[in-house]
Amino acid sequence: MALLEIDAVRKCYSDDEVLKGVSLSVDSHEVVCLIGASGSGKSTLLRCINGLETIEGGQIRFEGDVVSGPGVNFVELRRQIGLVFQSFNLFPHMSVMRNVTIAPIKIGGLSRSAAEERARVLLRRVGLEEKANAYPDQLSGGQQQRVAIARAMAMEPKVLLLDEITSALDPELVNEVLRLVRDLAEQGMTMVIATHEMGFAREVANTICFLHDGQILEMGPPAQIFEAPREKRTQTFLRGVLEAGTI
Amino acid sequence: MEASTEVWAVDTATPGGVRRLAPPPRSRLLSAFSVVVVVAVAAAFWIYPLESVRGLETPSGWKTGATVAVIVLAALASLLAIPAIHAVALSFRARRLESSGDIVGARHVAARAREKALRTFGFAGAAVVVLGLIMFLLTNNAAFVETFLSWEQIRRSASDIIHAFWLNLWIALASEALILVVALSLALVRASPGRAMAPLRFLAIAYIDVFRAIPLIILLYLVAFGIPIAEIPVLSDLPTPWLVVIALTVTTSAYVAEVFRSGIETVHWSQTAAAKSLGFSTTQTWFHVVVPQAFRRVLPPLLSYFIGLQKDTALVLVVGAIDAFGMAKIYAGNYFNLSSVTFVAIVFILATIPQTRFVDYLIRRQARKTGVRAL
Repeated sequence: MALLEIDAVRKCYSDDEVLKGVSLSVDSHEVVCLIGASGSGKSTLLRCINGLETIEGGQIRFEGDVVSGPGVNFVELRRQIGLVFQSFNLFPHMSVMRNVTIAPIKIGGLSRSAAEERARVLLRRVGLEEKANAYPDQLSGGQQQRVAIARAMAMEPKVLLLDEITSALDPELVNEVLRLVRDLAEQGMTMVIATHEMGFAREVANTICFLHDGQILEMGPPAQIFEAPREKRTQTFLRGVLEAGTI
Repeated sequence: MEASTEVWAVDTATPGGVRRLAPPPRSRLLSAFSVVVVVAVAAAFWIYPLESVRGLETPSGWKTGATVAVIVLAALASLLAIPAIHAVALSFRARRLESSGDIVGARHVAARAREKALRTFGFAGAAVVVLGLIMFLLTNNAAFVETFLSWEQIRRSASDIIHAFWLNLWIALASEALILVVALSLALVRASPGRAMAPLRFLAIAYIDVFRAIPLIILLYLVAFGIPIAEIPVLSDLPTPWLVVIALTVTTSAYVAEVFRSGIETVHWSQTAAAKSLGFSTTQTWFHVVVPQAFRRVLPPLLSYFIGLQKDTALVLVVGAIDAFGMAKIYAGNYFNLSSVTFVAIVFILATIPQTRFVDYLIRRQARKTGVRAL
């Protein structure tokens, strides 16, 4: 049984169908990268998995439990599925330490000292131990995003969803964040990653999904998708990206 | 380089043959005018106030003091001549530079001349306002000073007034504490999502609409006189100041609720999304993430309403409680002199300004540290 199963999920915003029956399954320790043009539904899919958006059709299962539809305990679900945002969304009125410890203390039931101990370990891993007392506004974008990853990891989720986490960063800051995600992948973190960084996706993913217009057009191991894409649209997309020099 | 003369104000060619974009700004007329203005203002300062002071029928000690003060002010006004003369000197230097072909140098100097002249006008304008104020104070044999600023009256009434001011202070502080709770509750209900909350949301909106519409003085009157007459359990046994606190809380919380709501709405939805993604419940999201940020942002408008409230405490007069103003009125009536009331006004000013500066300080500190900016 896969850890996370997405089964024919549909999502509409009023008349606009953003996801048109997306199916995908993610095993433990697997890294899945979602690629595709902006507006193809990558972010929406991640937000649906996390329960930030309700879905109009299909089903999402986590560890065999159905976790979509009314009545689901999303608070409980979100403890197990972390989400990191494109625009970091750190809490600006809290120090870095507080950002990372507040969820474990208020929701995870950890004592303050235990939460701070855990936070220090995480901040060391993301290389920001000395910034514990800084405020988000005093950090660079890359540093903020690393804190945001530490904040999500502090809840010890079983799956981490990363929503274009380098898209809002200056180019020279992208690498420090990607390096961190690579580390997480090596340590066996299960991740679903929406990204425009093709080189990174190719290197870190077990599976690549190409989304187009709310559907998964093509799915497979990176070597196949990047070297021998079957779908014409995938070929067009990858050629476009290649010409832009992103890869 | 081919250049079209039409776009240039003046087609000035320097000896080197290089065309310049524009001639130096005009400064001579402006500088000369600033000198004229300064002479007029200084002359007015030396003539009118001294004349008024000379005619005063007050004890000679007072008169000497007033004369010295007026002379000092007139001397200060005369100092305005310095920038004005400087401006004229600069404008002449600009002309010399221009005729010697140094257009850029002339431009710099002329700009400085204009700046000096304009600064002179600014100070002269302020000096005229001050002069008007002095003449107002001295008019009719300094009747204004005697009526509103009699030191003797202030000294006589000060201790009673300050004592009575505690009532204003107490009412203000008690109301402010209650308002924070009531207004935040109203704002949270009003901003809450979902159909389940719709009936409560409707009531909150109705409350805000109704109590913002009723003039405070009317509500105060109804509450303070009506509740004891109606013999409502518990409420009618409360002393009058408590009833005043209730009336003030009811009215002001309707305003402050809207302030809080606007603050809540400025917190970006991505903050809510981030909190939820970590597993915060809706309530936790409000109290740990949304409200703290909203509160920091609305501090300045919140303080404005609180200062308004502090002044409104003087309305207790209509329900018969003796606050600082009530006490001052007693003195004013007995001695036919309003200086005790002026003193109350001064007490209110002194109570208000430190709060304003304190909130300014809080806002600056928080903006520097967290980047959360006030509205």
